[in-house]
Amino acid sequence: MVIQKGEQPQRSRLAVAGARSATESVFGAGSRADRIGNVLFRALLLLGMGFALLGMMAIIVWSFVDGMPRLDMNLITEGPSSITPETAGYRTAILGSLYVIGGVILFIVPVGVGAAIYLEEYADHTRWWNRLIEVNIQNLAAVPSIVFGILGLAFIVRGPLDLGFVAAAGSLTLSLLVLPTVILASREAIRAVPSSTRLGSLGLGATHWQTIWHHVLPGALPGIITGVILSVSRAIGEAAPLLLVGAVTFVMFDPSFFEGQFSVLPVQIYNYAGRPQEEFRVLASAGVILMLAVLLVMNSFAIWLRNHYENKNAR
Amino acid sequence: MPDNGEHVAERTAPGGVDTASPEETPVFSLRDVSVSYGDHLALAGVNMDVNAREVTAFIGPSGCGKSTLLRSLNRMNDLITGARVRGELLYKGADLYAPSVDAVQVRKRIGMVFQKPNPFPKSIYDNVAFGPRTVGMKGDMDGIVEKALRGAALWDEVSDRLRDNAYSLSGGQQQRLCIARAIAVEPDVILMDEPCSALDPVSTVRVEDLMAELKERYSIVIVTHNMHQAARVAERTAFFSVQVDDAGNRIGRLIEAGETGTIFTKPTDKRTEDYISGRVG
Repeated sequence: MVIQKGEQPQRSRLAVAGARSATESVFGAGSRADRIGNVLFRALLLLGMGFALLGMMAIIVWSFVDGMPRLDMNLITEGPSSITPETAGYRTAILGSLYVIGGVILFIVPVGVGAAIYLEEYADHTRWWNRLIEVNIQNLAAVPSIVFGILGLAFIVRGPLDLGFVAAAGSLTLSLLVLPTVILASREAIRAVPSSTRLGSLGLGATHWQTIWHHVLPGALPGIITGVILSVSRAIGEAAPLLLVGAVTFVMFDPSFFEGQFSVLPVQIYNYAGRPQEEFRVLASAGVILMLAVLLVMNSFAIWLRNHYENKNAR
Repeated sequence: MPDNGEHVAERTAPGGVDTASPEETPVFSLRDVSVSYGDHLALAGVNMDVNAREVTAFIGPSGCGKSTLLRSLNRMNDLITGARVRGELLYKGADLYAPSVDAVQVRKRIGMVFQKPNPFPKSIYDNVAFGPRTVGMKGDMDGIVEKALRGAALWDEVSDRLRDNAYSLSGGQQQRLCIARAIAVEPDVILMDEPCSALDPVSTVRVEDLMAELKERYSIVIVTHNMHQAARVAERTAFFSVQVDDAGNRIGRLIEAGETGTIFTKPTDKRTEDYISGRVG
């Protein structure tokens, strides 16, 4: 008997239905209370997700509705002004953010990845000091950002480094803030490289460092990149610690890294939002859209980069 | 091995396969070797020689320390925290565990192939070229890669797709790639830790045939669970077993070592006979 795909004789269809209901009677049929519990729990989960989505949608819709009139080129090309709010923009704040974030990336990639390599590949975990370091890094990731702001003010702006209220100080402060996250993410990525790869390399007479450089780091790269970009995304949105290390709210001239006043996007938005004139509120909403766009671009880039390297290492 | 540097330089111009006979100096001489992990003694009192240009098989039940011993022959055991080797382990007369010996240099001369094929997630070409590049071999890299792949009987299958990812190969091809990778650095010895246990029978035969070819140039030590494999490929066989001491510790022991034919047909020890005839293990 030839049976075409998708077409079953009556007999076997009956048999299949019978078998299925028999199995379901063993595994499927829960009590009424169980089913109600299931539905309730699912509703609760949906509610949680709904709240998160609602909050996000509210911010996006509100800032678009409010900020729409000011989504123009002046937003990017013009500096702040208290006299002409209808053409004022974020030029100096954008430049400040770029300097600060650029500095963060330059600092956290080598330091964070280096620390992760040491902790994963070299540190002897039976020694108490290495365990102490590990616990402390995890705790540091949970320290409020304002604490890092105070640290930056005391040791970077003043104190031993004495950089003054400049973009470089903001950069270093934010770097310290996100460094623990970068280290934790990089360690996780390094740990995920299979030990058979390490053994294969060492078994050929490669040194520990050659093994790390040629096999461990390339394998861990997607994870490391993801960690770095997520950290940088967090750093872009930070305002509190930067206020402490001298991000001012009104910078007329393009900033530089080591001297002169600087501002960043979130601080500038905060300043505009606090002004009484209606035009500045619109400007603040437009600034929020700008920041969301920057974050979206960065996160998309992170995903693209990760997929790119994952495909390269594809097995 | 005090003469590392010299040998690296020497190997850049290979070709002079010296015609050593098995009767000359053994590659490895083990005198009262024991290996422990932390407080746990895994293997004790091993005395044996491994001859050059022969296949030597380590057989025995699980937990008898044969893989442990294999790993201590190229100091891969160094990578396990708490592992310690005692006794005298000589490689061509030089103490492998002398303080002046660099484990990295040891592994350049004594290569290893693992139980599960573990190619790098790179192209076939880069898998083979990695070893020679790191060791600092100069010259025509394409030639070195081709020679290694031919040596591992893989060239005909991959010559037109050297740039493909190594994971696109079948399991058996991957394992031969790992062998090619090991011989690309022109070692003296190749250690193989159950190289066929993850392979199908057809691939297993290919790897076994390959061993028969490779022993013309390299000394091979293979750990295997498959006694028939030992009988097929090895000139000499060492049988290990587990002994339980008074305190209940399970310690691996070398029961006997000798010509494969002798071990399989006229073993001197009752335990060997029981294991080989399938009564235990």
